[in-house]
Amino acid sequence: MPGKLKVKIVAGRHLPVMDRASDLTDAFVEVKFGNTTFKTDVYLKSLNPQWNSEWFKFEVDDEDLQDEPLQITVLDHDTYSANDAIGKVYIDIDPLLYSEAATVISGWFPIYDTIHGIRGEINVVVKVDLFNDLNRFRQSSCGVKFFCTTSIPKCYRAVIIHGFVEELVVNEDPEYQWIDRIRTPRASNEARQRLISLMSGELQRKIGLKVLEMRGNAVVGYLQCFDLEGESGLVVRAIGTACTLDKLSSPAAFLPACNSPSKEMKELPFNEDPNPNTHSSGPSTPLKNQTYSFSPSKSYSRQSSSSDTDLSLTPKTGMGSGSAGKEGGPFKALLRQQTQSALEQREFPFFTLTAFPPGFLVHVGGVVSARSVKLLDRIHNPDEPETRDAWWAEIRQEIKSHAKALGCHAVVGYSESTSICEEVCILSASGTAAVLNPRFLQDGTVEGCLEQRIEENLPAGCGFCHIPYDELNMPFPAHLTYCYNCRKQKVPDVLFTTIDLPTDATVVGKGCLIQARLCRLKKKAQAEANATAISNLLPFMEYEVHTQLMNKLKLKGMNALFGLRIQITVGENMLMGLASATAVYLAALPMPGGIQIAGKTPSDGSYEQHISHMQKKISDTIAKNKELYEINPPEISEEIIGSPIPEPKQRSRLLRSQSESSDEVTELDLSHGKKDAFVLEIDDTDAMEDVHSLLTDVPPPSGFYSCNTEIMPGINNWTSEIQMFTSVRVIRLSSLNLTNQALNKNFNDLCENLLKSLYFKLRSMIPCCLCHVNFTVSLPEDELIQVTVTAVAITFDKNQALQTTKTHIEKSLQRASTDNEELLQFPLELCSDSLPSHPFPPAKEHLESARSNSGIPAAQRAVTVEKASPMGEGNFRNRSAPPCANSTVGVVKMTPLSFIPGAKITKYLGIINMFFIRETTSLREEGGVSGFLHAFIAEVFAMVRAHVAALGGNAVVSYIMKQCVFMENPNKNQAQCLINVSGDAVIFVRESELEVISTQQPTANCQQSCAGGEVTT
Amino acid sequence: MTSELDIFVGNTTLIDEEVYRLWLDGYSVSDAVALRVRAGILEQTGATAAVLQSDTMDHYRTFHMLERLLHAPPKLLHQLVFQIPPSRQALLIERYYAFDEAFVREVLGKKLSKGTKKDLDDISAKTGITLKSCRRQFDNFKRVFKVVEEMRGSLADNIQQHFLFSDRLARDYAAIVFFANNRFETAKKKLQYLSFGDFAFCAELMIQNWTLGAVGEAPSKPDSQVDDMDMDLDKEFLQDLKELKVLVADKDLLDLHKSLVCTALRGKLGVFSEMEANFKNLSRGLVNVAAKLTHNKDVRDLFVDLVEKFVEPCRSDHWPLGDVRLFLNQYSVTVHSLDGFRHQALWDRYMDTLRGCLLRLYHD
Repeated sequence: MPGKLKVKIVAGRHLPVMDRASDLTDAFVEVKFGNTTFKTDVYLKSLNPQWNSEWFKFEVDDEDLQDEPLQITVLDHDTYSANDAIGKVYIDIDPLLYSEAATVISGWFPIYDTIHGIRGEINVVVKVDLFNDLNRFRQSSCGVKFFCTTSIPKCYRAVIIHGFVEELVVNEDPEYQWIDRIRTPRASNEARQRLISLMSGELQRKIGLKVLEMRGNAVVGYLQCFDLEGESGLVVRAIGTACTLDKLSSPAAFLPACNSPSKEMKELPFNEDPNPNTHSSGPSTPLKNQTYSFSPSKSYSRQSSSSDTDLSLTPKTGMGSGSAGKEGGPFKALLRQQTQSALEQREFPFFTLTAFPPGFLVHVGGVVSARSVKLLDRIHNPDEPETRDAWWAEIRQEIKSHAKALGCHAVVGYSESTSICEEVCILSASGTAAVLNPRFLQDGTVEGCLEQRIEENLPAGCGFCHIPYDELNMPFPAHLTYCYNCRKQKVPDVLFTTIDLPTDATVVGKGCLIQARLCRLKKKAQAEANATAISNLLPFMEYEVHTQLMNKLKLKGMNALFGLRIQITVGENMLMGLASATAVYLAALPMPGGIQIAGKTPSDGSYEQHISHMQKKISDTIAKNKELYEINPPEISEEIIGSPIPEPKQRSRLLRSQSESSDEVTELDLSHGKKDAFVLEIDDTDAMEDVHSLLTDVPPPSGFYSCNTEIMPGINNWTSEIQMFTSVRVIRLSSLNLTNQALNKNFNDLCENLLKSLYFKLRSMIPCCLCHVNFTVSLPEDELIQVTVTAVAITFDKNQALQTTKTHIEKSLQRASTDNEELLQFPLELCSDSLPSHPFPPAKEHLESARSNSGIPAAQRAVTVEKASPMGEGNFRNRSAPPCANSTVGVVKMTPLSFIPGAKITKYLGIINMFFIRETTSLREEGGVSGFLHAFIAEVFAMVRAHVAALGGNAVVSYIMKQCVFMENPNKNQAQCLINVSGDAVIFVRESELEVISTQQPTANCQQSCAGGEVTT
Repeated sequence: MTSELDIFVGNTTLIDEEVYRLWLDGYSVSDAVALRVRAGILEQTGATAAVLQSDTMDHYRTFHMLERLLHAPPKLLHQLVFQIPPSRQALLIERYYAFDEAFVREVLGKKLSKGTKKDLDDISAKTGITLKSCRRQFDNFKRVFKVVEEMRGSLADNIQQHFLFSDRLARDYAAIVFFANNRFETAKKKLQYLSFGDFAFCAELMIQNWTLGAVGEAPSKPDSQVDDMDMDLDKEFLQDLKELKVLVADKDLLDLHKSLVCTALRGKLGVFSEMEANFKNLSRGLVNVAAKLTHNKDVRDLFVDLVEKFVEPCRSDHWPLGDVRLFLNQYSVTVHSLDGFRHQALWDRYMDTLRGCLLRLYHD
């Protein structure tokens, strides 16, 4: 009996009227945990009942404590008929199970009903008394901390990073059980919510056990997903990175030494490290290159072999170890051996982290990804999830071998996803092949001389770019040059990764969001034929997505992608590909060549003219983009760099020949050779279309930046105003003109328009940056495309952005003039741009202040800040608002980032992982699909905030909406939506509160206090 | 390609004041979009019409969802679904309950009943305010009325407490509720020149001095009044006002009153001769108004009577406002010197308020 759970029901408020006669409600509450239920008294005739109950005590196993949610049901007492349910609250008590997190859950929770939504609130207090018991064969894993954050959480330091943990559990989906035919939708929804809650509890407990086995005490980068496989069942799976974390308890950690989050990130971990300078990273002998490797697996056959993941997957030694031997420099070999020994004990040397302690990441090879198409099969025995396990094991194995082919022994920024349509499922995994510093992987054994030498030799800011693979034996053709930073090691011409930009990387100018979008029609088919069709399409999609990314990257004049996420979504009659990444110019990599357009065979003059016209347009765009993103790298004379490195056996497909991938794996040569300029051949209308679409991507309006990584490269003076949002759009395709081109255009417009809408909506925050822009595509029905975006807009100090905006304005003016005579794509942009007074008010101001150039006096600055709030919205601040009675609802911020700008996270309170279903049979009455979903998402936010507040927190970081499955049936006036969200509940303290007098950055303070007038999130 | 669904949900609810105003004014989404376009927003921001449409729809949907909460403003503060900074909450409430001068003048003093509601289309046609906006304003009046109707204590305070209005707005609503409750006639043609502000001013004075609440606060009658209410005029007081009749019925008293006033004002009044000539008429008018207040019907006509019996005669003789003030002061003070008159306190309670009202009502 190792735990006692205590619950007290205090009061309710804003309850719905349940008794029409009296316009009142006779409410009481059922408190259920496991199989035990308690009830409060009935509080007669009130919409604001005060139960003030005794403490209900549950004596339970800690295993149950981890698995079970606390279930609170509010009912209306009815003497003559059955009691009517008002709604429920599920409380995950996990945060109470580890000592450093929350100690009590207490607060107002929205009472939620799957049919009616939120119906009032209930005030609950929950406590847990845990008894120590040491002797049992442990089934529980109380005490293991979970973090969604994909970096080492602030206020902790990583002692050891153990590595990959994964688990999945399966069950039948209650929605598809026979009983569902006779029970109400409400009962069915509740059964589903409860089951998923149970399953995620179980999953978390099992992962916790694995972590304990590895002697870790925490999981970082925990990502849990649901696969709604329909008839064949429900899979809940999770991956994460096991770590041993130490709490930074020294008060020094609380000193707000810096205002910028980036600085904070650098300074945090490893305070106690004997070597103070841990910033430089990597071994002395370098390697280099970028790579992009992938292989869609074609195995769609039903997996009947029930191999457990642990078996049969001993790494087939292939190229990984071989190449290590070949590489020059005994020192590198030494490092490699040590690291390898540390990693080889691991089945999968994967890390879900995207940002790392300084010195952890030595080299980055490039993106590795694998996909596999499977046919779903009914899960017959929920206790033996081997089939799904085997599927994933297969894919992970593939990823591992790709990494090896790149001369890397580890994969970082690793993630997994699925896309399901009917009985076909695409499993995807991707990550970034990397070489890691063994120091963090093992218990302090490795250090010694090796480490010191590493430190001496490596220049900061470029080490990770150096190729990890053997230049004479490259896995794919690439153009190598000496690093533009240190000039000692070799680097590839472009670098694609799935991780965040390392904090010590040297970047020129600012970054920007890049997306590749693609649709492919597919015939409707059944089962195996369908799976085959999909498998056949996948390589082409990957190729095209990659080409688009490459083109757009060049068009921006940049040379590296971070946070790359490629999502392939399967629908009944089409496949969609959406890749998002943040492009930057890494100082260490060579300047990208331009894009050259080549026509087909030389033909008549007008055609030539057209081509040269296009060429000019592209060159202009590149030049403009360079200006826009401030890309002006220092000129380096050729002599210093030296002559180009002799090309190694060009275009030999090393990866293919050497990797142990089975026959079904296709390797595609995705690199585009070593041409200095990128050549686009326009040989048919399709290609023409591609070039056009390249040029239609409109940059964000001035004052806006966007990226899909944690922070925007090139901006580090964030101010405190943040606004997290979710936007959902569904479009219906007209079935008449379903060609690939029309589809592409529709999809492209959908995404572009969505972005434009976001920029418009958030215009009052300018200057600001949309960070962690996360697009998700799904194909709920034949002709429907759904795009869901979650991101956070963060304001920044415009005074440091002066340069940028100046160029912005010049740019737009210039564009207006150059574009004027042109016929092309920007009809609307054109007219707005050419107006002299057009841009957002603050932009104009930038121009002025940019002219005056030197710093504005502080007093004046305050004024400009006020003026800067554009449109009507900002004005209200000036007016004195009538005093409002004090609100009792505390502000809870939400952000997909791992930090809060201008604030310090002082405590992690536990993971938030919630799953909601909402259904309606009166769709029209609730405002149609938009009204229904709008209300539901607002309610989900509210419930997340309420749980965080009850834990004593004031923010959710690393927030993610993992699933938003929306189904409608307008004919029946019905709709249903499932949403799954997660994040880390934290307490943060404003830096301005920590440090009352900040002498170093008066500007930032001024800005903060001005913006602080409005309490926002 | 058609948009089936298009939503934006922020963790902090975005409120666009401009769109809020359009929504409150009762414009449809398409009208609102057209108005925003006309205001030049596309040029300012470089947005497209489609973006504007989507944005407007979104805001309208949000406002629609907020409307339920705005009906009981404390709920807006305590609810958890929309995270809105307090200053914005205050703005939402204040604007939602704001009303148009033109509209309130039409409804002021009318019973807030279904019947009146049916006339809203006429009011809408007459004032140019959309029917939707008229309905909102009417429902607001009625809602506030219903909530504070049975409450004790200060009317304005009750309103402020239950609707979280600013002082100004709470006092305006107190006036509206007070007028609706007492059904003062304000629609007559000769009252058309009066603004809502004029009536609100009078209402405040009357609430302060002529209601049961006013008596309750007086130290002379500590908590003797169970119905400590600001809504109803003090019946007893109205009954007593009959006693004032002696001022005009008793000829000697009237003459004495006149001569005292004239003596005091001689040389100080530009319109002295007109005053002298009209004194008896004016005095009769003012006193008779008081004496008639026992009948509900006459209470309703209070403002009509005041304008007819006092404002119009003075105005036709072109009294300057300063003279009116001097006259009224002197007129009411002098009564204290009339030895035969015993109801000094009653007179003051009546006349202090009436003087304030008359001065406010006296303009073109």
